Amino acid sequence: MSTEKKTTKTRTVRIYFMGKAYDVPQGLTIMKALEYIGYRFIRGIGCRGGFCGACAVAYRLAGEYKLRTGLACQTTVEDGMYITLLPYSPMEKPRYNLEEMRGEAGYILKIFPEIARCVSCNSCTKACPQELEVMDAIQAILRNDIKRAADLIFDCISCGLCSLRCPAEIRHVYVFQLVRRLAGKYLLPKAKHLEERIKEIESGKFDAEIEKLMKASIDELKKLYMERDIEKA
Amino acid sequence: MSEGYPLELRKAIRVVEETREERLKKKYRRLTLEERDELVKKWHPDYRPDTKRELKVGPSRGAIVYNEVADLLEAWPIADPSKIDLSTIDYDVDILIIGGGGAAASAALWSLYSGIEPDNILIATKLRFGDANTVKAQGGIQAADRPVDSPVRHYLDTIGGGHFANKPELVRALVMDAPFIIKWLEDLGMMFDKTGEGEMIEYSGGGASRRRLHCARDYTGLEIMRVIRDEVLNKGINILEFSPAIELLTDPETGAVSGAVLWNLETSEYIIVRSKVTILATGGFGRLHLAGFPTTNHYGATADGIVLAYRVGANLRDLDSAQYHPTGVAYPEAILGELITEKCRSLGAQLVNVNGEQFIYELEPRDVVASAIIRECAEGRGVLTPTGVCGVWLDLPMIDMIRGPGTIKKNLPAMYRQFKRHGIDITEEPVLTYPTLHYQNGGIEINVYAQVLTPQGTPIPGLLAAGEVTGGVHGKNRLMGNSLLDILVFGRRAGMTAARIVKETSSKPKISFKHLEKYTAELEKINVPKTRKAPIILPDYRGNPDYRGKNPYLKILEITY
Ligand SMILES: Cc1cc2nc3c(=O)[nH]c(=O)nc-3n(C[C@H](O)[C@H](O)[C@H](O)COP(=O)(O)OP(=O)(O)OC[C@H]3O[C@@H](n4cnc5c(N)ncnc54)[C@H](O)[C@@H]3O)c2cc1C
Repeated sequence: MSTEKKTTKTRTVRIYFMGKAYDVPQGLTIMKALEYIGYRFIRGIGCRGGFCGACAVAYRLAGEYKLRTGLACQTTVEDGMYITLLPYSPMEKPRYNLEEMRGEAGYILKIFPEIARCVSCNSCTKACPQELEVMDAIQAILRNDIKRAADLIFDCISCGLCSLRCPAEIRHVYVFQLVRRLAGKYLLPKAKHLEERIKEIESGKFDAEIEKLMKASIDELKKLYMERDIEKA
Repeated sequence: MSEGYPLELRKAIRVVEETREERLKKKYRRLTLEERDELVKKWHPDYRPDTKRELKVGPSRGAIVYNEVADLLEAWPIADPSKIDLSTIDYDVDILIIGGGGAAASAALWSLYSGIEPDNILIATKLRFGDANTVKAQGGIQAADRPVDSPVRHYLDTIGGGHFANKPELVRALVMDAPFIIKWLEDLGMMFDKTGEGEMIEYSGGGASRRRLHCARDYTGLEIMRVIRDEVLNKGINILEFSPAIELLTDPETGAVSGAVLWNLETSEYIIVRSKVTILATGGFGRLHLAGFPTTNHYGATADGIVLAYRVGANLRDLDSAQYHPTGVAYPEAILGELITEKCRSLGAQLVNVNGEQFIYELEPRDVVASAIIRECAEGRGVLTPTGVCGVWLDLPMIDMIRGPGTIKKNLPAMYRQFKRHGIDITEEPVLTYPTLHYQNGGIEINVYAQVLTPQGTPIPGLLAAGEVTGGVHGKNRLMGNSLLDILVFGRRAGMTAARIVKETSSKPKISFKHLEKYTAELEKINVPKTRKAPIILPDYRGNPDYRGKNPYLKILEITY
């Protein structure tokens, strides 16, 4: 970075991890706080940016019975936080052939009959670090509204926290994966232009022009590049 | 919970708000090539004299690379041949794929489509399958499929963006395969953003002359990875997670790459793999924090692939340039260096300095925009956070004003969520940004079949590579949306080439550490300290969570024997 660190006094908060209390600087994420106290992660960590779902955590705050969940890379430490890491949510991935399916709930229920056991307790929704309407999505599947289900849980990062909390023992991560692929393949309209363009490419329509660019001198290329028209953003 | 911006930053935001009406009407002019050149040479870290040095060992000796990369290439292997027993092979396969991102998954599927049995393919990856840069990609993937666009334009945009240093035949493969790749993803069930009639919703990325970024909200890479990972699992391809490769193996007679030594992160045991073909798909180097920058990259982005390939004779190219994403998070500190997607600028958000002025057209190529931001901060027109990080504003609320209320929440949910968690509402407040280390522009040189080349241009038998670990496709600077494309195009080509080679190879190769003899002799000659070892596998942030002021990569993971 281009600037000097100012000497401001950092305030600390007390967290509890693996049976010990630690004072860590305020404002750190749980992940950075654990690194601060001396952990070098080899699991329960992935992208560090809230996209991969590897760093699920459960925690309670001092004086509270409520069990909270989140991502270690996205949750800032609070005073009196009792933390544990949940690097994996155990579940077998069922295998299927998408080509033999359609965008209908029946195909999903056949592989995941347990979703019919959903008691609408909403624990999944409360556990979701992405704040998705998880239970509504399960209910949408049961109503055969696959597109809506896919839309509701599109932002799922597969951390598995919902599945760990679910009394019906639903494997949401894999249910939702199938839901999205069925929606993408069978319920969204097919892209326009693609087939056409692929045919043009295969027929060799652009070959000569590209060949010409590949042989052009840098000066020629620079000229063409600067003179090309630019579509409005 | 954090409570959003502190008072001093809230005051600074007022200036941004005051100039917004005026700025909405104004576009900053584009720079000429000469102006771009001058800006980049003055401010970009690639041009700082202290960031790079000449390589003293190996096939690309004499090449200029970043210091942090040179440190790893001029380092001892972590695998000690005298302590590793190669007589028992744990996995004996046709194709070994090293890596667990999009390039690896694409290579696996196309090996299979090309006739290799799933049992004869092995994917070995460092953390979990999908813990990779691929899932972090937000903006989109390029393909010239609209009638007003063409692969020829895509070609010109790509090499112009790459400062005309790209390898032409690789660029041709990239742009010509692109529409096919999008179709493949659609057939696999990827949920692209489309209109009700099936028109792909496409945005313009920096340096592109047409709107050609296909996306899936701002989770494009995640959606690609989810879909192809699911398909790899459906097909029953073998996967070893938490098993990074620490060294390649070679046939002592032919010099061909014949497998790898993996290291079980959980139990600290070695795993010996023999293969007829090995595909390196290990991604980039963001976690080396080049030039002291923060990074957008995933935890395992530590340049292992180039280290391994270099020891068996691969040529490295364009590693003198790195891509710094112009808009990394500068505040809050908790997510310092994380990405603010370029799509924000595609949607209309402007960059604004402390005086509320625009200082660059926001969709110039990345190196140009990054240089302009570094200049603003260096010349005192940046905004300082309470902990002394400097940045400029990205005026996000403009997006909803230009494109209608709700646009941000609908098109940038990941961004919205990321900041909301820290008490900042990006529909109402701008965000503070500073460049962050983002992409490894160069890397292992390959040909159009994804074969790894020596400096003489001959393929190294048994070794292929695809994705961010390679160099040549993007020249000295990658355009947004070309990397997701790159990993699928060349992952596919690697898979197909691997299948062909397997079919042509009848005998099983021998495995050895022979290639290390020559390499370590060179290290000996230049007196590399015995403590400097590579690959480093994971960075070390112990006691130093914000990496600043200290090299995070000095210690390798200890191996216990
Ligand atoms: C935040 C962010 C946003 C981005 N946005 C875009 C975008 O909008 N559009 C675009 O086109 N590109 C984007 N990119 C770039 C793009 O995502 C990456 O370049 C691309 O996904 C790289 O894919 P890959 O398969 O080559 O590598 P990765 O996806 O990084 O996968 C590499 C894999 O190899 C594994 N690995 C590493 N070392 C070893 C080892 N020694 N042994 C075994 N396994 C190993 C890693 O753990 C990882 O699983 C973005 C990148 C980032 C970081």
